[in-house]
Order: sequence, then C-alpha cells, then structure tokens
Amino acid sequence: MSAVNSTTNCSRRSFLSGVAGGLVLGFVLPERVKLAAQAPPNNMFGPPPAGKPMAYIRIGTDESVTCLIPKAEMGQGTGTACSQLLAEELECAWSKVRMEHAPVDPSLYGHQTTVGSMAIRTSWVPLRMAGAQAREMLVAAAALKWGVNASQCRAENGFVVNSASNARLSYGSLAADAAKLPVPANVTLKDPKQFRVIGKPVKRLDTKDKVTGRTKFGLDTRVPGMVYAVVERCPVFGGKVASFDATKTKAVPGVKDAIRISSGVAVVADSTWAAMQGRKVLEVQWDEGAGASTSTASISKMLADRAKEPGVAARKEGDAAAGLAKAAKKIEAVYEVPFLSHAPMEPMNCTAHVHADGADMWVPTQSPTSSRAMAAQTLGLPPEKINFHWTLMGGGFGRRGEGELDFVPEAAELGKALMGTPVKVTWTREDDMRHDYYRPVSRVEFAGGLDAGGWPVALSAKVACPSFFGGGRGGVDQTAVTGLSDLQYDIPDFLVDWRVANTIVPVSFLRGPGANQNTFFAECFLDELCALGGKDPVEVRRRLLSKSPRLLAVLDLAAAKANWGKPLPAGRFRGVAVGNNVGAFNAQIAEVSVTKGKVRVHRVVCAFDCGLVINPAILTQQIEGGIVFGLAAALKGEITLDRGRVQQGNFNNYDVLRIDEMPVIETYIVPSAENPSGAGEATVPPIAPAVVNAIFAATGKRIRKLPIRAAELV
Amino acid sequence: MATIKFTLNSKAQTVDVSPEMPLLWVLRDTLGMTGTKFGCGMALCGACTVHLNGEAVRSCITPASAFAGKNVTTIEGLSPDGNHPIQQAWIEEDAPQCGYCQSGQIMQAASLLAKKANPTDADIDEALRGNICRCGTYSQIRRAVHLAAKMKANGGKA
Repeated sequence: MSAVNSTTNCSRRSFLSGVAGGLVLGFVLPERVKLAAQAPPNNMFGPPPAGKPMAYIRIGTDESVTCLIPKAEMGQGTGTACSQLLAEELECAWSKVRMEHAPVDPSLYGHQTTVGSMAIRTSWVPLRMAGAQAREMLVAAAALKWGVNASQCRAENGFVVNSASNARLSYGSLAADAAKLPVPANVTLKDPKQFRVIGKPVKRLDTKDKVTGRTKFGLDTRVPGMVYAVVERCPVFGGKVASFDATKTKAVPGVKDAIRISSGVAVVADSTWAAMQGRKVLEVQWDEGAGASTSTASISKMLADRAKEPGVAARKEGDAAAGLAKAAKKIEAVYEVPFLSHAPMEPMNCTAHVHADGADMWVPTQSPTSSRAMAAQTLGLPPEKINFHWTLMGGGFGRRGEGELDFVPEAAELGKALMGTPVKVTWTREDDMRHDYYRPVSRVEFAGGLDAGGWPVALSAKVACPSFFGGGRGGVDQTAVTGLSDLQYDIPDFLVDWRVANTIVPVSFLRGPGANQNTFFAECFLDELCALGGKDPVEVRRRLLSKSPRLLAVLDLAAAKANWGKPLPAGRFRGVAVGNNVGAFNAQIAEVSVTKGKVRVHRVVCAFDCGLVINPAILTQQIEGGIVFGLAAALKGEITLDRGRVQQGNFNNYDVLRIDEMPVIETYIVPSAENPSGAGEATVPPIAPAVVNAIFAATGKRIRKLPIRAAELV
Repeated sequence: MATIKFTLNSKAQTVDVSPEMPLLWVLRDTLGMTGTKFGCGMALCGACTVHLNGEAVRSCITPASAFAGKNVTTIEGLSPDGNHPIQQAWIEEDAPQCGYCQSGQIMQAASLLAKKANPTDADIDEALRGNICRCGTYSQIRRAVHLAAKMKANGGKA
C-alpha cells in the first residue's frame, strides 16, 4: 500500500462535515494505482473559477443553447439539473437547451470531478452566475447594435427585447458579438420566487438518445483501425505475473497478440469476443504473493482482534464509560458488514490511441482531470498532449471517481505498447467484480445505556475497518466513521472511536461512503435500545433529535405519511431509520413481511429534505435509486474471499434488486429555501436499518450482520 | 469462419464470423451497432436483449449459427424514429437514468406488449425480472409499460 498525499482547500469529506479549509488528506491507494500522484489541485472539489461564462454556454445560429456540463453525467441527472441552473439566468427558451460534457480543461473548469453528491452544491452559485453574465453580455451586444442604453433592453425567452421600440434580436444572432464583450463583474442573481426553470420537473435532456440506442457510453467507442483487448489479471490481490505462455492464445482466430502489462496479460484481437476466447486458453503462472492466505474468515477474525486495541476518538462527548457504568439498563452488540462491489451496468473500459502527436483517450470517468493526469503520467506526456474524450457512463456509484481509476492508466499503457493502433480495453463482468475497489468491511462493538426512565443516555461505538482516505481530523479516516461521528442524536455520554484494520482488498468510495454501513449500525443498535427501554422507535428518535430540526421534521413527516403507530394488514411490520449525509436529511419507514425466512419489502415511505430542489422529478428518481441500491446491498450484497480471491463474479452470485422485488416507494420532499445540498447518495444508508428494524418487529430477531440471511429468520 | 446471412432490422445482412460468435459481438464489433449492450455475458442481466424472429433473446449467448437465416431486431430497428409506443412511453415517463440497461429493458418490454396488449403488474414482473437496472428505475419502467399499453390501444396517444 502506498499513501499519496495531496492538499486541498475543501475535501470531499470535510465539505460534508462542514469543516472547510486547510485540510491535509491522504488517499491511501492500492499498489496498482500508485500513479495517482498528480499535482495537487488548488481547489479539488470546489466551484469552477468564475468569469468565463461562454465556457459553459454555446449558442448556435440555429438558436440552440448547448450547456457544457463540467460535472459527470452518469445517470444521476446532473447534466439536466446543471443546464437548469444556467438556463434560469440566461433567460433562454428551455426547448432550445441541449447539453454535453464540457471539455477537460482545468484553466476553464478547475479540477473536474463528480463525487460526494456535490455537483449541485458546487454549481449552484457559479453556474447561475455564468448564465447571468452571459445574459448581460447578450443584452449589451443588442444595445450596441441598436445604439441604445442597455438599461432599456431586457432578455426574454431567447431574445433581447428593446423595451422602447419592441424590436427583438435573437440570442443566435447576438452570440458571436456578445462573446467578444467584457464579462460583467457584478450581476444580480434572481430571487428564487422568480424562478421559471429551477424547481420545475423538466424532462431530462438525454432521454431520447437513451431509448433509441444512440447514446454513446465509453464501451461504445469505435475508432477506425481499432483493436480490442481483455486483460487477464491475477485473481489474488497483490499478485503478479510470474510467466505466461500464449501459444494457444495466438492460435485462436482473430487474436493478434498477448502482451504483458503492469496489471496482467492483455490479449489483443480483432473483436472483443476473439480476445475473450484467446484469454480462455492463456496459460499464466502467477506469483500470488502474501494475499493468497486471506479469506473472509481471516479478515473477520482480524477485525475482531483489532477491536481489542485502543482506538482513535472520532467523537467524544461526556464520558461514555462512566455513563454506561451508571446506566439503569445496558446492552452490548456487535455489528458487521461485508465488502460490496459497485457493479455498474457498464463494466469498466477505456479506449486509448497513442500516436506520434500524443494520445487520444476515450474514458467513462467521474473524474476526468485525474484520469487525464494518470494517462499522461503513464505515457510520459504533458496532460495537454492527451486529447481527452469524456464519454457518458453506464453508472458510476464511486467506481469511476478519484482513487478508482485503474482502468485508465492500464489502457494507456497498452496503447503505448500498440503505438499507432487504437485499442479498446473491455473488462468482463467478472473482471469488474473481482477487481473492484470495494466498499470496505467494517465491524462495530456497541455498548449502550438507558436512564431509569428507559431513555438512551450513553453510547459507545468501537469501529474497526480499513482506511482508504487517510487520516483527516485527529488522524481518523472520516469514511470509516461517517454515519456515527455525525449522528444527530442528543446523547450526553457518547464515544465513537476507530482502529484501522487494513486488508489486501482494495477499498474505496461506494455510494454513501461511511454512512452506508454506519447508519445501518447506528440505527439498528438504537432500535435495540428502544426495545430495551420498552419505547416506541419514533418516539425515542423524536426525543433525541430535539436539536436537529430538519432531521426531526423529516421523521415526523415520514411517520405521518406511513401512519406510524396505526394497524397494518396482517403479516406486515414497520421499521424506521433516519439519515443525514451529503448535507441532506431523510427518514424512511419500511413495511415488510417475513415468510419462511424470505423478506419482502412492500412499501417504503421516504421524507426528504435537501434544501431547495432544482428538479423534483430527477430528485425523486435519485431518492428511489438510492433506496434500490441500498436495498440490494441489505438483501443480497456480499463479496467474500477465499485464498485471496473474490468468490463472486457475476449477477448469479452477486445479485442486485430486480423489478419483482421492487417495493412501492412513496417520496415526500420537504419544501425548503435552504441552499441545495447533495442528494444522490442520501437515501442509500437508511434503507437497510429501516428494513432490519421492521424484521425485528416481525420476528423478534436482530440482524446484526448484512446481508440479511433467510437462515437467521426461520 | 462462416458466412452468416440473416435479416437485421428488416435489411438483408451478411457477415463472415465464427459460427460460435455471439450475436452481441457481431452487432457491436463486426457491424458497429452499439445500441445493444454488454452487461454480463451470461444471460443474467438482460442488457443485450434483442428480438429473434420476434422473441426477446439474450444476444450475448446467441451464437451466429443460431441466428443464421432469421430476423433480428435491435433497439436501432425497433421503430423508424424512436416512436414505438414503448419508446414514447419511456420518454414520457423519463424512465432512464444512466440509460445503459434501457435498450434491453425496452426490447424486453416491446416483446411483452406484442404478446399482451394490457399487461398486469405481475406480467411486467415476470417479463422484466431478468433485466437489471442498477440505477433503480423500476417504478418508472413499470409506469412506462402501462402507459405504452394505453398508447398502443389509443393509436399511439396517451
């Protein structure tokens, strides 16, 4: 393992926890992507620099308005939402708006990356500013043309109108002149009451192409003269090629070559299928390394051993040990979660064409700036010599973000070996699932105490899990404790501490990092405390959330909409959980039945507050999508290891949620004038505890280890 | 290698490929038609769904020998301009998120609608449970199938 440090003004996690400025981060990256050492950006995740509005807007003579989106569109709808921000202030006709990914250009857009549900938060002001500046430039251009004062001109639905004469000039006819004018320094942004586009459920801009097969994802890249490759990588993490024999491989029709690269052996052919066939008969001797003795059982034991060691405090209020000692009632419990794979529908892939003038790279990535930097480093080229084609993505979920970009330098390296010939590297589903950067395993030892009235007053959570984000505040990796350390409950004696427990398995961000395990832990253990005190789980949460009004409000709303406390049809039971991450607040109430160990989630009521909403239709999709993602993990998700190898490989043994398992999801969005927060990751964490708590209501059995297993419920 | 003749989106097509080569890769790599997606390679996810003589099949496990002489319809050929009722309904409901699985979802749903003019929720579950959407668009898909049935019954209008 190696640590690559970079200094940022505003880190992903510090942003979330409200600490800004001067934080030193350390991405702890697996050996195979040591290359990530790029020049530290000044403002890694912050807003793009203002002042160049035309970098975001291209107005055609056909009156089309193309929004150049500096954030990654990977299904979360950010392209449409960012276009709404621009269009609102630009005063163009929404029907003329198109969108595409912006070019990768740090001088125009800063460090481009889309992680941590931050696209809207970091674009909310700068993109509206850019739209307003562009509008003022169009107005100024029209005023010059008419020889009148700009103050007598107004922008309206894609035209500048001369208020005195009612003459009109279209944006398309003004754009070229407007682009030459100085950028106005001071523009006034609209009062939200005037919004016509923001807050409306406008249709996504990319749907037609997606229903006709025209959308080009990374894997759809085709370049004249290209060849196709798949890579045989060591099945054991940390292992390397000792030797290989490609005699049989090269005899397969269509196979052109077998080339050793850093990540393994690449089989190059005239089609993906031929490359796959050649790979099947490739003979590789592996140097498996020390990892070959690692198994799920050995990792689980290691986590338990670590728990005996002292931890680093991530949150400390009062004195948890003393609070527990004097508690009227107390319980202890151990919770654990497995590794998870991201499994986006489009497997990893990258296309590289290395040539005499530099390189062309086609990359489906959440983080194009870092992707380009890594390719440049691999190729020994300045980043500007890489013509970077930023494609759409068939899902991301954290697999294609900062620190998970192994597929990029790998393709660049192979492209260099094939100098002059473009090559598309396709990861099979098995490659994708067995060489992921997984959601880490984690284990928590809880102790909780109640006062004489049965209310929780002391809580201790001892966390053991791997680290990938390095030590932030006080040496604690925030991704290890998010969801516990930022718990909103008012508990006077409260301790969260963490001990690092690294393994051979590469780990990184997965949708709702930290919170996606810690909210399960915290909300289920709280449910145990509620039962111990004989209290209603909503009532206890209400009492403990008295200082967190937004979380309390969503809890109350969900409880009301779900008829909490009222009778349900026979065989159905409710569970509740709340979550606050990526700046958003949500409460979920799940209705489940359990039949012969089989859990069926019938209905989920979700109340959600992420501040001002840009597009309620897209937000609702994100809320539902997060619940589906979290539910898949709760019911099915588990990556296990034997002899250092991932045992799962495809959707037959790592299944996800399917349409016949889909609950009815009812979403209630809280109207709010607060600045927008994140959304895309927010609903992943609470669904598992809501379901598990409902299972307790149904069966009296506590699930303390995910995924939920039927055997534990019969 | 073998010369395989078939009908692709109503046009005669000839390819020289291994008889074992799956339709998915013939479409994507040999013919450059990338609307049909690779998701799993084992008929587990449905992203590669196309119609073979009108039936929804997984192109990733359909070898060239099995589609020779038959009619293949892909997402590119489902309708002249994306105006099949299923596609219109998908647009109306804004069903896709990332969109990667949607070619397969649409081809599967079109096949369902061809057989059942007014599918129930249970019919939709049965027909589409083999098609994974990782973004979680199942509610939108369900609504869109019902809407498409309605549109089809009303001559293309909702």
